[in-house]
Amino acid sequence: MISLLTLASVVLLASVPQAESIVIYTGWERHALVGSDVRLSCSFFSWRWTSEDVTFSWSYRPDGAKDPISIFHYAGGSPYLDNKGPFHDRLEFVGNPARRDGSIIIRNLDFSDNGTFTCDAKNPPDIVGRPSSVRLLVFEKVPVQAGVITGAIIGVVLGLLVLVVVIYYLMRFLVARRVFTLSVSKKKGKGKEGSQQKQGAPPSAEQQARLKASADKKKQESRRDRK
Amino acid sequence: MLVVLAGVMVFHLLNLILLIISTAVNAWIVDGDLSTDLWYGCTSKNGGYHCKQSMSEDWLQAVQALMVLSVLFCLLSFVFFLCQLFTLVKGGRFYFTAIFQILASLFVMSGAIIYTVMNTAAESSTYGHAYVLAWVAFPLTLISGLIYIVLRKKE
Repeated sequence: MISLLTLASVVLLASVPQAESIVIYTGWERHALVGSDVRLSCSFFSWRWTSEDVTFSWSYRPDGAKDPISIFHYAGGSPYLDNKGPFHDRLEFVGNPARRDGSIIIRNLDFSDNGTFTCDAKNPPDIVGRPSSVRLLVFEKVPVQAGVITGAIIGVVLGLLVLVVVIYYLMRFLVARRVFTLSVSKKKGKGKEGSQQKQGAPPSAEQQARLKASADKKKQESRRDRK
Repeated sequence: MLVVLAGVMVFHLLNLILLIISTAVNAWIVDGDLSTDLWYGCTSKNGGYHCKQSMSEDWLQAVQALMVLSVLFCLLSFVFFLCQLFTLVKGGRFYFTAIFQILASLFVMSGAIIYTVMNTAAESSTYGHAYVLAWVAFPLTLISGLIYIVLRKKE
């Protein structure tokens, strides 16, 4: 009976840390320009209250390197910054450990800062958890996203096309309504009713020109109806 | 009469197919086993076929836009040709079709010129067949547009 109880309690105690492991959140990727500052955020979730012995540590692994180097550590209530590594004098701790925030700011970025930053947080007695990594990408110029210019050019040209068609129909509408008349009669056409009323029996050349203009209008009308 | 009509239509469709192939096929610049076009750069090393998206440079996006617009305008001019075929009065000319076809040829020309001037290819690379097709499509489309200006509808 007692052995059964101890067995049950041992099993329970073994399973409890699994359910209560700490979960660390950083971003997935950060993009920044050369010479600017970037804020790397790190926070965690733990089932326990935030203890006074909470620790944060950041490590940095350059692109292509095998091993990470430790650059930041917070323990016992004080932050310890990198004072001889690649980030000395460029690191600043802006987190709030009481609020589970262990973020750091790196100033004056350079291309050599490309790499993976890993944050590991511990909230005793909740110490079992996976560190989380964020990749830093440093750009010279923020690249234009693929397809933005393409879409803009296509959109502008098609928009101009639609505008030209709309203006053409508007002109035709205004001419038909006799808001104003066009002096050029060969290519563009006056409205059928308007010109017939004005001129009575027109000569044959003008009649052919007007026929062609009205035929153009007819074909555009039918195209518009088809649409 | 029907022969002329069929010939003109087939020519127009041929131009459309040339433009589509040129825009889409991955063979603008060929360098050994690496072939690039407007959208991807693909290499056939190690048996597999690996593709990587082309850099999103400004001029490349402009060339993409111009090629796509030329395909669109060629297609639109074909649709207008079919419409005008049935609605144009006897003796009329296919101006709308011609305008769109000539615009398509101008877009192809601009796209090919920009690509030729701005591309940064290695010494050992050569121009692929899709690039050649773009340059071939430009005069053919222009001729097709001019044909539509000259063509008159008969009964």
